[in-house]
Amino acid sequence: MSALPKKADAVLEASHLTKIYGAGHTEVVAVRDATLTVACGEVVALLGPSGAGKSTLLTLIGLILPPNAGRIAIGGTVVFDNNQTRVNARRFRRQHLGFVFQKTNLIPFLTAAENVRLAMEINDHPTRAAKYRAMELLDYLGVGERADNLPSKLSGGEQQRVAVARALANRPNLILADEPTAALDSVRGRQVMELFSKVAHEQNAGVIVVTHDHRALDVFDRTLEMEDGRLRTANMTGAPDAGTGNLVPMC
Amino acid sequence: MNLAARDIRHNFGRFVLTTIGLGLLLMLVMGMGGIYRGLVQDATLLVDRIDADLWVVQKDTRGPFAEISRIPANMEDRIRAVPGVWSSRDFVSTTIQRERNSQPLRITVQGLSWPEDRGQWLPIVAGRALGQAHYEMIADESLKQPIGEKVKLGKDTYTIVGHTRGMSSPSGDSMAFFTLHDAQAIQFDQPGEAIRLERSARYNRAEQIDLGRTQPQVIERSRGPSSGIPALGPPVISAVLVKVYAGFDPEKVRAVIAKWPDVSVYSSDGQRQLLVSGMVDKSRRQIGLFRVLLIIVSVIIMALILYTLTLDKLHDIAMLKLMGARNGIILGLIMQQALLLGCLGYVVAYVVGQWVFPWFPRRVVLTPDDLWLLGGVVIGISILASLIGIIKALRVEPNEVLA
Repeated sequence: MSALPKKADAVLEASHLTKIYGAGHTEVVAVRDATLTVACGEVVALLGPSGAGKSTLLTLIGLILPPNAGRIAIGGTVVFDNNQTRVNARRFRRQHLGFVFQKTNLIPFLTAAENVRLAMEINDHPTRAAKYRAMELLDYLGVGERADNLPSKLSGGEQQRVAVARALANRPNLILADEPTAALDSVRGRQVMELFSKVAHEQNAGVIVVTHDHRALDVFDRTLEMEDGRLRTANMTGAPDAGTGNLVPMC
Repeated sequence: MNLAARDIRHNFGRFVLTTIGLGLLLMLVMGMGGIYRGLVQDATLLVDRIDADLWVVQKDTRGPFAEISRIPANMEDRIRAVPGVWSSRDFVSTTIQRERNSQPLRITVQGLSWPEDRGQWLPIVAGRALGQAHYEMIADESLKQPIGEKVKLGKDTYTIVGHTRGMSSPSGDSMAFFTLHDAQAIQFDQPGEAIRLERSARYNRAEQIDLGRTQPQVIERSRGPSSGIPALGPPVISAVLVKVYAGFDPEKVRAVIAKWPDVSVYSSDGQRQLLVSGMVDKSRRQIGLFRVLLIIVSVIIMALILYTLTLDKLHDIAMLKLMGARNGIILGLIMQQALLLGCLGYVVAYVVGQWVFPWFPRRVVLTPDDLWLLGGVVIGISILASLIGIIKALRVEPNEVLA
């Protein structure tokens, strides 16, 4: 796993995050005062209807978009505070974060193995080590035999597993997955969710998964829900509990 | 990992077609440069080959190539008497057009001062130099007439005894070399009826003057060929070529001849300059401007191609940024493709050009200097053309992956 301060019991500490799109009459508050903590090895599901702000919250945590307010610390490093990004966002993403999306976003002109290798080579890993790790990951995820195939030759499930392998390539501290199973059937979807859980526990990484799929919620350590930009802990047996997603099982 | 190479591998057919298209465009740029270079070489070819130190032509003319020059044949003897002159040769140059096998046959007729000059200095690639005083010719192979072929020009028939290569006039017409007298016969050939009428008119004029009445022999002479009457004979040569003694300064001879009131004299460099700055200057500038336009068109087309290729990859570029790729990786992806496209296009241009250019009616001369220069220009336009794509790529936000 990437080097982060030892103190990192909680891999993510995000507090009072707010994101507003537009201004004046067109102003839309996508995320309102969201506070969230994720522990090492914890797999968190983020539920909510379309437009609730789930994906936006992920882009804020992933340093893809800057929040309008709030503070983000990943692995003990404050990456955003006082309206300023405190780190080189691109470097931080390649070193400490992994992303998986509904659309796999594999580079179409690279083979499965090359897609995984690319993530490591971008992060200055030697080519030989990157090749070895790519094959190791693809084998681990059960798509080793398809390593030399272009994404267009892979099934949806295989593509998603390659995307997961790519997200894991640099041994990230935090994996952010935005509806990774939406394009998969229920069996494949559950396999991917179980994969996240396995990876989180084995590699001690935090995982946040935005999902609409309620069938695989048992895989997650914790479930949060968003509605109208507000984040709260989900009560899977009934109405959502008031409050934030601060219940942190320590690693 | 070289992303540019992998992208090309993935879109190989499109890349090949784009390269061929660009290569053909660059071939036009290359060809225009070659045509210009051929124009200059054609213009100065004879001056460079004929090995003369000075060219003596009609006063205040830029002859014999840039404009008509007529000087008397005895000028050769006058010049020979100038201190420092080793040899002087008559030279005749004229362009004619005849019909042969229902096709127009344009020839630049060059008269050589037989017997000193038999055309031995010419680049003869087949056959031989002139071997007799009349009825033989050396033709450039571009005239497409075989050795041994008999060509009727004027009242006489000439046999082709040798072939030169690459000898064409500044206007692109193939050269043919004759003895001076044959060249004059071709140049001043008139139909029989015209000659008879001229003699008759001359006879009548002679009868009406006192000299004619008192000197019947004059009237009798006027009935004969005009070349037999020195005072009436046409000025028969175009120029006199002067060679000075080895080690003698041609400028001193030039200074002496330049004082004569009936002729102008040019050094070989001066003659060359006349041809380049006079005859081919406008063509040179026109081709130059056309070349610049073609380069601009190439830049625009390359920029469009690269921009389109970049647009196709915007989503992937956004993903690369999201994964944390440095700008250098993205820049390299576009720039390497641009340079490869440019370099391969250049190779296509050269290879196809080597095959196509010999079919052009005028010579296309590709010099190493011009090829290096164009290579540099291609690299320059590749970089320039990729800039729009690079700017677009650098403006892509990583969150566009989510769109």
